[in-house]
Amino acid sequence: MSNAAAEKIILGKTLAIDADGNLVNMADWNEEIAGELAKEEGIAELNGQHWQVINFMRKVYSETGDSSSIRKLTKESGVDTKTLYALFPKGPAKKAARIAGLPKPKGCI
Amino acid sequence: MSQNKVVENNYEPIKKVSIIVSKGSLEGVYPGLIMANGARMEGIEANLFFTFFGMEAIINKKMDHLKVATVGNPAMHMPTLIGSLPGMSALATHMMEKEMEKIDIPPVREFLEMIHDAGCNIYACKASVDMFHLKKSDFCEQVDDIITVGEFYEKSAGASIIFT
Repeated sequence: MSNAAAEKIILGKTLAIDADGNLVNMADWNEEIAGELAKEEGIAELNGQHWQVINFMRKVYSETGDSSSIRKLTKESGVDTKTLYALFPKGPAKKAARIAGLPKPKGCI
Repeated sequence: MSQNKVVENNYEPIKKVSIIVSKGSLEGVYPGLIMANGARMEGIEANLFFTFFGMEAIINKKMDHLKVATVGNPAMHMPTLIGSLPGMSALATHMMEKEMEKIDIPPVREFLEMIHDAGCNIYACKASVDMFHLKKSDFCEQVDDIITVGEFYEKSAGASIIFT
């Protein structure tokens, strides 16, 4: 888990965020907060496929303690690479992790 | 306060890269692929250009069989006579592929599909194609075009060029 670098108010709640602006505590997250984080990333509304990716990332994180790489998303989330880039333009793994309330992925792939 | 990462300096972020892959060994090909994929993951526009033996990575019949060089590579810490034994390169390649799979680095073909699907353009060098007597049909389907060095520079307008 990353360290808190600052605080941020989302929907009236004060939440700890890390140096990348991602939530520090997975437990602070809920679907409404995801919606707000998505808006910050330029995604007006999260659809079913966004949720498929977000839920997959949260599941993998709770099992492994790591945010998924783009390859893991491509191979295992059920959403292919092209669609991932369409859903989360300019950086699917990084953006999906942020919206999912997780730290940014550490791997290079 | 900005919601995004605190800007630590005043430099312009990189917006576009053109990556040239000129070597055909496994360790010669991967850095370029990792950089191209990494660029797209950061929202950076990317072109991949394969030239000379780097084209081994996009030739259908060869791309699944790239090998690690065990001779002429001091960083392998392997005496030349041992490195030249039959099967040594295959063994080193197998070991490296196993380690790469562990950290989610895909095999070359799968990696190229991923990179292309991520919106990176993939090109083969016209001079090398002519020299090796190759045709567009010799390449994997992710290769968008065979282009001249002039066209490469045109497509690289505004990009940082990275030679590997």
